[in-house]
Amino acid sequence: MSTSTITASVTIAGETVPRVELTPVAVDLLRSLWEEHGPLMFHQSGGCCDGSSPMLFMAGEFITSDQDVRLGQFDLAPVGEPGQPLDFWMSAEQFNYWSHTFLTVDVVPGRGSGFSAEAPRGVRFLIRSELMSTVAPFAGTTDTVEADAAASPTQAVSA
Amino acid sequence: MTVYAAPGTPGSKVTFKSRYENWIGGEWVAPVKGQYFEDITPVTGKPFAEVARGTAEDIELALDAAHKAAPAWGKASPTERAAVLNRIADVIDANVEMLAVAETWDNGKAVRETINADIPLAADHFRYFASAIRAQDGDHAQLDGDTVSYQFHEPLGVVGQIIPWNFPILMAVWKLAPALAAGNAIVLKPAEQTPVSILVLMELIGDILPPGVVNVVNGFGLEAGKPLASSNRIRKIAFTGETTTGRLILQYASANIIPSTVELGGKSPNIFFSDVAQEKDAFYDKAQEGFVLFAFNQGEVCTAPSRALLQKPIYDSFLGDAVTRAKKIIQGNPLDTDTQMGAQASNDQLEKILSYIDIGTKEGAKLALGGERADLGGDLTDGYYVQPTIFEGHNKMRLFQEEIFGPVLAVTSFTDYDDAISIANDTIYGLGAGVWSRNGNVAYRAGRDIQAGRVWVNNYHAYPAGAAFGGYKSSGIGRENNKLALGHYQQTKNLLVSYSENKLGFF
Repeated sequence: MSTSTITASVTIAGETVPRVELTPVAVDLLRSLWEEHGPLMFHQSGGCCDGSSPMLFMAGEFITSDQDVRLGQFDLAPVGEPGQPLDFWMSAEQFNYWSHTFLTVDVVPGRGSGFSAEAPRGVRFLIRSELMSTVAPFAGTTDTVEADAAASPTQAVSA
Repeated sequence: MTVYAAPGTPGSKVTFKSRYENWIGGEWVAPVKGQYFEDITPVTGKPFAEVARGTAEDIELALDAAHKAAPAWGKASPTERAAVLNRIADVIDANVEMLAVAETWDNGKAVRETINADIPLAADHFRYFASAIRAQDGDHAQLDGDTVSYQFHEPLGVVGQIIPWNFPILMAVWKLAPALAAGNAIVLKPAEQTPVSILVLMELIGDILPPGVVNVVNGFGLEAGKPLASSNRIRKIAFTGETTTGRLILQYASANIIPSTVELGGKSPNIFFSDVAQEKDAFYDKAQEGFVLFAFNQGEVCTAPSRALLQKPIYDSFLGDAVTRAKKIIQGNPLDTDTQMGAQASNDQLEKILSYIDIGTKEGAKLALGGERADLGGDLTDGYYVQPTIFEGHNKMRLFQEEIFGPVLAVTSFTDYDDAISIANDTIYGLGAGVWSRNGNVAYRAGRDIQAGRVWVNNYHAYPAGAAFGGYKSSGIGRENNKLALGHYQQTKNLLVSYSENKLGFF
């Protein structure tokens, strides 16, 4: 039986729509890594070489705080099996700029990733993003000047 | 024009070994568990050497060697240590082409950069810290007629350093030189994407250093980086990388109550005020180049000027000229000295860049240039190449807020000075920034108002030794590339001496 996508449960107070999902290949990899390491967690990174990618740690290895937002919780367990909860975290300041996007955790061939647990397998988790239909993109942005810039054609470009 | 022969072909400047072990205690040591991983060149996407897959056991061996070496190295006089650093610099200078080709093959960057920047800067960096340690004085204060406070700099002992892959040799040297100058012994873990070039350097300079003063253990972050960063046998951990791992390293440091310096990336604004375009002269040309520097090192620089802010009156014309200029970027074989942009460092890096181009489009940013993977054909067809890419949009888009670490520029406009500073500082990062204006007052004030550790004024992407480098905000803690870095590798010893014959009189 082929693996299905897993969507995270909603964990942000007041929200009703999920924010994160796993592709089937990510689910398979996470189940395998769970067998090797036990309970796991994601923390989305930002910046520099290996940043802007989700980092996979042993659950509790990365100490989260009020400066972090839990975007959702996956259950990796097949139906009818005991639960395998896996939280997806991001720093609150980063979430301020990401909150309008729905995140899909995928897997690509790769090498190296901070201390993330999948690296020795020769693969790397990767985030793919969609705009969320329920959260207005760029809510709070009132700067029309910037919006104008986005809309203004650049004459010389086509030259 | 020169095209350097690819490693593994006749006439290559560098001959890689088929397998690299760890460099511990002044010799090559096989990894305890006997495992290796393949090092892939981004130039062709093909493996070219095997590298030790180090684990906690190898880190312990390296720490043993470092602890053995640290006392004598720490007691060596600044003169002796400076002499060693200067000899290392001389050896680097004598092997620029060889190291440059090795670096290009490991990382993918254009060889004109490794020849003219990475490797010469590495040599100069050792010389700078050789000078800095000799010029460093302690401190003293006469607190009263009979009491003198003397402050001495002492080495920390054994330190850990974790190196990024974007400038594998130069970033290693940024950390090695101050630590060595200050008298520490080092266990260094290179990035697993670029594990070999630093070992080629160690082959050259290994016998200049006393055994065990520098130890290099390769491996994956979880298996080798974590045991190093969390070890209670180091007195400091230095890291360049991203925010999550940076926080994790700070957590490990807090558990051991040791200092940690972390450099964690940026999303640097490059601000062009209208007066830049008041004449189409040499300065305008310089500013245009300053805009196109987003593509320097394929955009794989923590300080890449990845957000361009153009004042409204010049927005269309300046951007038009700049896009025309960026179109002329020569992308090709990184070993060709005419090539201006080489390969991204790894496949996952390539995929990540493409994922950002995708979200940029979905967010409504307007593509002005590029936007796709580049297939350079022939042997390079499987290499990791991306077209120089320019998007127009606004600062709330993720394109403007996340470090893509690729040749992807996000451009927006601003109305006046306050608007420029507001947009520039609307980011979680604060590593680099650029300000371009013919008005010295405006340039100065902007330079001071931008919350970033390095603001280039009327230039960009210069990294001369001596100019302090480090982050504000979430870009990290600490400064490198300046004598300030010595302080990150030194203890302060205070001797409080009484020259009085008389008792205190309390008891």
